[in-house]
Amino acid sequence: MVNSTLHIENESIMKALWTVTDPEIPVLSIMDMGVVRNVDMENDLVIVSITPTYSGCPAMDTIGDDIKKALKEEGYQSRVKLVLAPAWTTDWITERGRKKLAEYGIAPPMEEEADKAALIDGERIVKCTHCGSTNTRMISQFGSTACKALFQCNECDEPFDYFKCLK
Amino acid sequence: MKDQSLYEYLLMLGDNSMFLGHRLSELCGHGPSLETDIALTNISLDLFGQVRSYFQYAAELKGDEATEDSIAFLRFDRDYRNSIIVEQPNTDFAHVIVRQFLFDSYHTPLQEQLMHSNDETIAAIAAKSIKEAKYHLRFSSEWMKRLGDGTEESHQRTQAALNHLYPYLHEVYHESPIEKEMKERGIGADLSVVKERSIETIKEVIAEATLSIPESEPRMVGGKQGIHSEHMGFILSDLQFMQRAYPNMQW
Repeated sequence: MVNSTLHIENESIMKALWTVTDPEIPVLSIMDMGVVRNVDMENDLVIVSITPTYSGCPAMDTIGDDIKKALKEEGYQSRVKLVLAPAWTTDWITERGRKKLAEYGIAPPMEEEADKAALIDGERIVKCTHCGSTNTRMISQFGSTACKALFQCNECDEPFDYFKCLK
Repeated sequence: MKDQSLYEYLLMLGDNSMFLGHRLSELCGHGPSLETDIALTNISLDLFGQVRSYFQYAAELKGDEATEDSIAFLRFDRDYRNSIIVEQPNTDFAHVIVRQFLFDSYHTPLQEQLMHSNDETIAAIAAKSIKEAKYHLRFSSEWMKRLGDGTEESHQRTQAALNHLYPYLHEVYHESPIEKEMKERGIGADLSVVKERSIETIKEVIAEATLSIPESEPRMVGGKQGIHSEHMGFILSDLQFMQRAYPNMQW
């Protein structure tokens, strides 16, 4: 079991990492996303291991650069390492992160079974981020980015993003 | 090079994803609807993500200043190891979906096997890719049913695409000497198991889609040895143009 919460002793490193956000979901820190897997010190060099949400996630390069920039501002030289195993899962998004997603207008991921039901059987369980109704339907299995599907609310008619469950 | 066989095996895995990803990328902005356009290019993105992982590893093995880009863009046609089915053009939406479905039916059990590879990097890439492959298979299966069991025309076109593409599928299951060696070393997949699962999926979905599996002999094999269809040269002229015209250019 990989712990989703990362504890780093050094406060200034921690502070810097919290300021880095996913460029496609700018309200969400990469720490809340569970993308940062490890932080090591090698002499004066900070080595940050990050893992992609999806193999082809185009945000990874930007996230890597942003991490280096944020750490530099705190006075650290750093290297960013991309790790694939263990593979990222939506379980690593923190509770805080899920709330932020919803506030931003992206319905947070549900359980895998619920996800399947919502995506395939049309079961109505995904909550509209505008009016809160669960009377919603999937418009498209793929959405504006690799990690999202597109939904529409049957009550208020508004479309919204749903963060796909990945396990 | 330390391990030529492993290097070539990585090319086989990466090249399949790369050429299918390239074909799908051609649909960017041209998909039949906004949703399918986004879906197909999202799938392309996942596939290219996998390609990068395979080629970064291959570049490490090759050494000699090789990079993921030099492996992707600077080989000659005979040095690509993909199966011929992924080179087939986007004739119509039915062809796009059938090609995707046949590939996904093979790609999913392949990743399931590779997750247990005794090569740590391959196992890690597979553990990541399997989640994506399953999602792609769900998408393409749903469309197979919708098109096959849809209107008279969608049924006809999908059956025609199946008749055209199915004979190319035999090649992906056909074990090459490199794949045999990789299987025996515990690195690669057992293609007989992959084939069995793949055919199972195909039968199930095709039946529900009210289509029929064409009786066919393998049409053309040789991709794994670098012998490709006539489409390859055209794809490469498109894919490689920028790197050949402006060597080492970066996005």
